Amino acid sequence: MTDLTSLTLAEARDQLKSRAISSLEIAKAHLEAMERAKALNAFVVTTPEKALEMAAASDARLAKGEGGPLEGLPIGVKDLYATEGVHTQACSHILDGFKPPYESTVTANLWRDGAVMLGKLNMDEFAMGSSNETSYYGPVASPWLPPNWSREQARAALGDGKRGLLSPGGSSGGSSAAVAGRLCLAATASDTGGSIRQPAAFTGIVGIKPTYGRCSRWGMVAFASSLDQAGPLARTVRDAAIMLRSMAGPDPKDSTCSPAPVPDYEAAVGRSMKGLTIGVPKEYRLEGMNPEIEALWARGAEWLRAAGASVVDVSLPNTRHALPAYYIVAPAEASSNLARYDGVRYGLREPASDIIDLYEKSRGKGFGAEVRRRLMIGAYVLSAGYYDAYYVRAQKIRTLIKRDFELAFASGVDAILTPATPSAAFGIGEKGSGDPVEMYLNDVFTVTVNMAGLPGLVAPAGLSSEGLPLGLQLIGRPFDEETLFTLGEAIEQSAGRTTLPEAWWG
Amino acid sequence: MSVDLSAVRRIAHLARIGLSEAEIPHLQGEINAILSFVQALEAVDVEGVEPMTSVIPMRLPMRDDVVTDGEIADKVLANAPLTEDGFFLVPKVID
Repeated sequence: MTDLTSLTLAEARDQLKSRAISSLEIAKAHLEAMERAKALNAFVVTTPEKALEMAAASDARLAKGEGGPLEGLPIGVKDLYATEGVHTQACSHILDGFKPPYESTVTANLWRDGAVMLGKLNMDEFAMGSSNETSYYGPVASPWLPPNWSREQARAALGDGKRGLLSPGGSSGGSSAAVAGRLCLAATASDTGGSIRQPAAFTGIVGIKPTYGRCSRWGMVAFASSLDQAGPLARTVRDAAIMLRSMAGPDPKDSTCSPAPVPDYEAAVGRSMKGLTIGVPKEYRLEGMNPEIEALWARGAEWLRAAGASVVDVSLPNTRHALPAYYIVAPAEASSNLARYDGVRYGLREPASDIIDLYEKSRGKGFGAEVRRRLMIGAYVLSAGYYDAYYVRAQKIRTLIKRDFELAFASGVDAILTPATPSAAFGIGEKGSGDPVEMYLNDVFTVTVNMAGLPGLVAPAGLSSEGLPLGLQLIGRPFDEETLFTLGEAIEQSAGRTTLPEAWWG
Repeated sequence: MSVDLSAVRRIAHLARIGLSEAEIPHLQGEINAILSFVQALEAVDVEGVEPMTSVIPMRLPMRDDVVTDGEIADKVLANAPLTEDGFFLVPKVID
């Protein structure tokens, strides 16, 4: 019998349907894998009783020939999705002990379709970070070994603060590590500036941030409301398509959620690429760019051409303004959203003499360093006298960034191909300790997509010379996720399936 | 633009984040690094450009103006660190 944790989501679905395997078997196999992988720190909470109960119910439905599109499939949930009665803290200390009395729309959609919950996944605190190092629950180790490391060396490092091990990316680092490490078949993630796509690239898996409004944000812990979107991480493009179909959909509880019906994304996988035109934006060719990334990008364009698409140059002249503008818009929205953490209604409360003291002490203790930094930047750019110079200007620049994409799409381009990240995964503790901007630069290729509200998919495109995974990004028209799945699979096929690392951790 | 130590204290208070004096110089450096990073935007010509209000053009949905929620005081209070007689408890606000 093959290892049940090595199946793709689609394979597991088909074998459950044909009753070759049971949901209880596959849930147990994953719970065991999670137990052995504890030291990676991908899960902050495991819910084995819930998983077994849900799996048994799925088996009962499958036995009657019933069941939804995800019936019996075990998945992980990023800690920022509200899950009724289960730890939900966005990996922040300020939400200490919070167990929501309600379920997020996205996770409710997954359970409606039969998915089985294994637990809650680690992440950067409030999704603010690109390495999972800002989590109150500590960093996550990537399942990928650092170049030239032995298994023994890596296992020793797991017990020593994970020093020298690789970051699985962030903010959805628990999700990417768990999916790449075969601790779950797929996972929910979220993306405000690249938090689905950069972890996908770093761990050799697939991630898609859909169009703004494709998934409901109701019940997701808010970071920057005009940028946040839910999306899946999975091991294949087909699996990501299956997950997104269930996660997406209209929701009267989120007024920014699109009423448009959700297409069958899986049907787009394998569709012909004849007649599709791919744009390659020259502004993404940065000065001092890693030659390996540049070569990968050119190879990706060649693959798509070979598969029947035509490739043209496009210009997105405002690209370089996206990252600085993002670091005004996102902190500003965060400072407003996170004002709700007051020590009164939920979460951490510090003893205090008066109400202001209560706020300041609870928030001072509850927020980590990166969150504090961003909340202060946000408060500053929204404060009297600075609002127009910073916030309004950044929102105008956002209009320019979106216009660049609109012009490119109007010129007949169906999707845009770019690198996903400036480099392969870096080590834990390697970046951003002196200057926070060093870490922010990781998102240089991904933030533009959030600023313009567009869908972006990252697919694995091969390995670096050091043997680490690298990804390519495809950017689509609003609500045209289908084209991204078609093109993403072409890249996946051309690059050859990435062999994920063996379980060195236990 | 850059901030001095007193500005850092003022911003922390605006954000209602309690800081120790020892943390302030370090935060000043970090905030100034971020402000210098975003400074490049000052050179962008935004004359006549509308600030973005909605990234995907969408009509705001309307619903009937009726009560759709409520009678769940227990749920609302369930996660509060301190409550009394069905109310949130805060330090004394009015003397």
